[in-house]
Amino acid sequence: MAQAQLPLDTPLSLPEHPKAWKWYDYFTFNVDHKVIGIQYLVTAFIFYLIGGLMAVAMRTELATADSDFLDPNLYNAFLTNHGTIMIFLWVVPAAIGGFGNYLVPLMIGARDMAFPRLNALAFWLNPPAGALLLASFLFGGAQAGWTSYPPLSTITATTAQSMWILAIVLVGTSSILGSVNFIVTIWKMKVPSMRWNQLPLFCWAMLATSLLALVSTPVLAAGLILLLFDINFGTSFYKPDAGGNVVIYQHLFWFYSHPAVYLMILPIFGIMSEVIPVHARKPIFGYQAIAYSSLAICCVGLFVWVHHMFTSGTPPWMRMFFTISTLIVAVPTGVKIFSWVATLWGGKIRLNSAMLFAIGLLSMFVLGGLSGVTLGTAPVDIHVHDTYYVVAHFHYVLFGGSVFGLYAGIYHWFPKMTGRLLDERLGILHFVLTFIGTNLTFLPMHELGLKGMPRRVAMYDPQFEPVNLICTIGAFVLAFSIIPFLINIIWSWNRGKVAGDNPWGGLSLEWATSSPPPIENWEVLPVVTKGPYDYGIERRQESTDEDRDEEE
Amino acid sequence: MQGTVESQGTAIAVDHAHEHPDFRVLGLLVFLISESLMFGGLFAAYLLLRGMNEQWPPEGTEVELLVPTINTLILISSSFVIHYGDVAIKKDDVRGMRKWYWLTAAMGAVFLGGQVYEYLTLGYGLRTNVFANCFYVMTGFHGLHVFIGILLILGVIWRSRRPGHYSAHRHTGVTMAEIYWHFVDVIWIILFTLLYILTRF
Ligand code: HEM
Ligand SMILES: [Cu+2]
Repeated sequence: MAQAQLPLDTPLSLPEHPKAWKWYDYFTFNVDHKVIGIQYLVTAFIFYLIGGLMAVAMRTELATADSDFLDPNLYNAFLTNHGTIMIFLWVVPAAIGGFGNYLVPLMIGARDMAFPRLNALAFWLNPPAGALLLASFLFGGAQAGWTSYPPLSTITATTAQSMWILAIVLVGTSSILGSVNFIVTIWKMKVPSMRWNQLPLFCWAMLATSLLALVSTPVLAAGLILLLFDINFGTSFYKPDAGGNVVIYQHLFWFYSHPAVYLMILPIFGIMSEVIPVHARKPIFGYQAIAYSSLAICCVGLFVWVHHMFTSGTPPWMRMFFTISTLIVAVPTGVKIFSWVATLWGGKIRLNSAMLFAIGLLSMFVLGGLSGVTLGTAPVDIHVHDTYYVVAHFHYVLFGGSVFGLYAGIYHWFPKMTGRLLDERLGILHFVLTFIGTNLTFLPMHELGLKGMPRRVAMYDPQFEPVNLICTIGAFVLAFSIIPFLINIIWSWNRGKVAGDNPWGGLSLEWATSSPPPIENWEVLPVVTKGPYDYGIERRQESTDEDRDEEE
Repeated sequence: MQGTVESQGTAIAVDHAHEHPDFRVLGLLVFLISESLMFGGLFAAYLLLRGMNEQWPPEGTEVELLVPTINTLILISSSFVIHYGDVAIKKDDVRGMRKWYWLTAAMGAVFLGGQVYEYLTLGYGLRTNVFANCFYVMTGFHGLHVFIGILLILGVIWRSRRPGHYSAHRHTGVTMAEIYWHFVDVIWIILFTLLYILTRF
């Protein structure tokens, strides 16, 4: 029927689309958003394993007080690349590139993203970036931490540092191109029957994320380009003895990197808002509050970066302003937490792996958020700055907040992506190990920090040794937790129980097509008649034949 | 189900299977927001450095005004020139469009030539002092954008050889090149103000 609308000069036998992609299509420059999404997810996960190995090596070093396992330069190189890889090549690409690409077109009833080829290009910028980072080890590895503050970064390991900069500029470009694509797609490609207040919350989150990435990433690029010139071409933007100033770097860097924490967390919040109502089998509480709080976080998040610079000689009025604005961001975040808890309240909760990870995230994120509020207040921050308290805080947010969310998303959408269910027993084992491991590793770090153990050092005062040993054991538990997960993924992808189109009874559009979805997503475009979270809500006047369609 | 997948008969109207809507202009505009923020970052760094240094530009750095002013006039007028090209294509006048686009590209090339001349004759180099650092990085970066703009324009001219490639109804590429060119122009005006005019005060 669609052919009838084509102009006459097209050949009569159109080349048939293949029904599904073959495995080798996933290794090509493929423009289908679903392939790209999976490419992002798998690549990012490989980087997660690499970054995780670096973490385990660091923790092994830190099991004892002196430096006997890693050479200090190597420790610094691991430290730098661990942080960089985890943020720029795991959480951000998996959450935004992976889930975003896979889900957004399906959720809004589109056949693809607005710019499919741009999309593939954005993905293919990532592997070379990772390769650059890993290759930098041949030149000693960047030493200056994932923040790469000058002057440290301009005087140590200059070749490796330049490679680091280029890698970040590559992933930055990728994320800008991706954002352009998401903004235009969500804005323009919803099925005509979908109203804005029927847009799934994950898409709202992606919209906010993309806006944030669009405006903050280029500022980082500017800062890094100046750094590149300082290192390689003898300029002195950040060199105080020649009229430059290091604080300028810090401003440009944190103008990006503070919003970067929301870049990581907003899509994860989006995942939460999809997983929780489906597995609690209840309408989400406060749809609008969640949607608007994403946008609020996006706006306020751009104005709080200076809280990373309370110890950089910031004048008091600035500290005051940025302390207040930091505390304000806690409000929309609290709104979301409240809405999810209210959604869980009295729901018919299905405690499967996806839900367990979601609930685990809630509990850990609250703790990380609380320590974040303490850090946002200048007096506390000045006390614990650059101690393990900070490490504990951001791992609760990043590990508890982001990695748990990514796992929840994987358990939730794996059936849609592959057509098969993951094994629940392995999933629960994975969850238990991860939960124990995370808390064992990072909870004691609060204490270390309050007692004054500095971060970013391979050697420390022997009084901290017993607590550090606990952290290291925790890290090994975490490393082992990956094993059931990997077995589960590989086995279930091939042999898992066939899932059917809608194993969880979800109402958002992605569940309306087959699993895995056909190449152009829909045989016929869907028509939206209900909100995405209207569980158990009776439609009042609509005719009954539609209902009968649904029963089939 | 949020969406009911309707029976095929009623769905023909909403079936976009083979229609690929063209959002390229919108995409470019969104992308340019990002580009402006990158220049914004450079501008912010420049202003901070300016505020932190007693003397700006430092002793002995003379900011030459004649060539850059001529250059600025050329670049600004080229924005009008390229606009005539866009007007022409909307009247289906491909030859007119080509003429105006060639002229724009030439003006861009003259601008770049002027910049190179300036680099060769100025009394200071990239490393002389922080002001010189900023000067070369910022103008160089802008020059790179002018260069990309010229490539886009030449690309449009190249494609317009094929009869019917652009017409009054199909001119997305033409419009995009124009938008990009205006963008480069606006950035230059800010740059010119910061790097040349403000140093006089
Ligand atoms: C496998 C579990 C993990 C362990 C055992 C671990 C351990 C560590 C250790 C020991 C440090 C160095 C602290 C210091 O010396 O200052 C560190 C730093 C860091 N980690 Fe992790 N980490 C893990 C997972 C993650 C994840 C998932 C992320 C992000 C999504 C992440 C982000 C960071 C960042 C940003 C830094 C700071 C790097 C810097 O200060 O330059 N980590 N981690
Ligand atoms: Cu922050």
